Amino acid sequence: MKEVDARGLNCPEPIMMAKRALIQSPEGIDITVDDRAALENVTRFAKSKGYSVEKKESGREWRLVIRK
Amino acid sequence: MTFGKSERTRLALTGALIGVLAVILVVSGNPRNMGFCIACFVRDIAGGLHLHTAPIVEYIRPEIIGIVFGSFAISIIKGDFKPKSGSSPLLRFLIGALVMIGALVFLGCPLRMVLRLAGGDLNGIPALLGFISGIAAGCYFLSKGFTLGRNKNQSALEGAAFPLLNVFLFVLFIAFPALFLFSESGPGSMHAPVALSLLAGLLVGAFAERTRLCMAGGIRDIILLRDFTLITGFAAIFIAALIGNLITGNFNLGFSNQPVSHEAHIWSFLGMAVVGLGSVMLGGCPLRQLVLAGEGNADSASASLGMLVGAAFAHNFSLASSANVGPGTNGKVFTVFSLVILIAIAAIITKKESGK
Repeated sequence: MKEVDARGLNCPEPIMMAKRALIQSPEGIDITVDDRAALENVTRFAKSKGYSVEKKESGREWRLVIRK
Repeated sequence: MTFGKSERTRLALTGALIGVLAVILVVSGNPRNMGFCIACFVRDIAGGLHLHTAPIVEYIRPEIIGIVFGSFAISIIKGDFKPKSGSSPLLRFLIGALVMIGALVFLGCPLRMVLRLAGGDLNGIPALLGFISGIAAGCYFLSKGFTLGRNKNQSALEGAAFPLLNVFLFVLFIAFPALFLFSESGPGSMHAPVALSLLAGLLVGAFAERTRLCMAGGIRDIILLRDFTLITGFAAIFIAALIGNLITGNFNLGFSNQPVSHEAHIWSFLGMAVVGLGSVMLGGCPLRQLVLAGEGNADSASASLGMLVGAAFAHNFSLASSANVGPGTNGKVFTVFSLVILIAIAAIITKKESGK
């Protein structure tokens, strides 16, 4: 599955990365974010596109498993 | 502070709160249609700090200090405080300065643009169209890969420095007011009581931190993502302030004789196009920069300091518009120059990123 590292990026850049990655890999992506705004925005974006989102928290980072 | 069920409800409540507070601040002494204006207030602080010498716009606006500290306090309480920096701090400083100058050509930040519209000032319409155009241009670059780069986690002191600097300024302002300049006439002389201004700022800072309310983000999300969540705050501010202005008799529909305003529509359009594009590049409007700086984002603190310096330059070099008159030659030339510079920065970075 396509891996996306969006750590250290300010919104809306993580959403843009997720959007581009999902065009390349429509079946799903794994994306890592380290910002609450990015976490919520990427989750909302993926759900609006009909994907399921599973969140795995480790420290101050979240790995979002986004699947069709 | 958990209030409201959905994100959209929380944004609507926060927007309504900002609109109501803006009306209350005007009734209590702030200039009309200027309950809040990040650009005008940072400009007044620049004057108060002797950074420029325009005698009618000098005051240490407690609203600004309150917004930064409100965001700082709530982000610590809620575990959102995260010291970070390193995402092109100097470019952010410069973009912040250009955004400020663009706003002062129009005579208002995006928040005041909405408040001006809510007061019936139709000169806000060309400004809104310019703002949307600037945001659309920013969205084009974002969709092509524009980024100011990654930040890194930093020490707590790096994140807390800007909020603490604001507290220090407030203490000096209360304890040693003679250090600062205060307007005796004009918009800088008009202000609500200090305690009320500070409280309003604290509330706005705290609620804007929780909801991530942003005047540019709402339009950006519609263009880029067809997402209408963030625009809710923008709309709620307008509606609440409109109702408040109608009740308090501060609604005056038309183009002429509007408070701290001008009818140079092309320059309102272009000034706010600079603000729109710059805000998208920075990841948020001037209000959002202050809130992010409160959360420990020192890059946004850098953009905020850029706004302060930009405001000083705007008045020292006659770039800011005069009320009722509009921009002079310097302001017109620099507005076009700012647009060219912002587009050049965005294009150069986007080209480099798309080559990766």
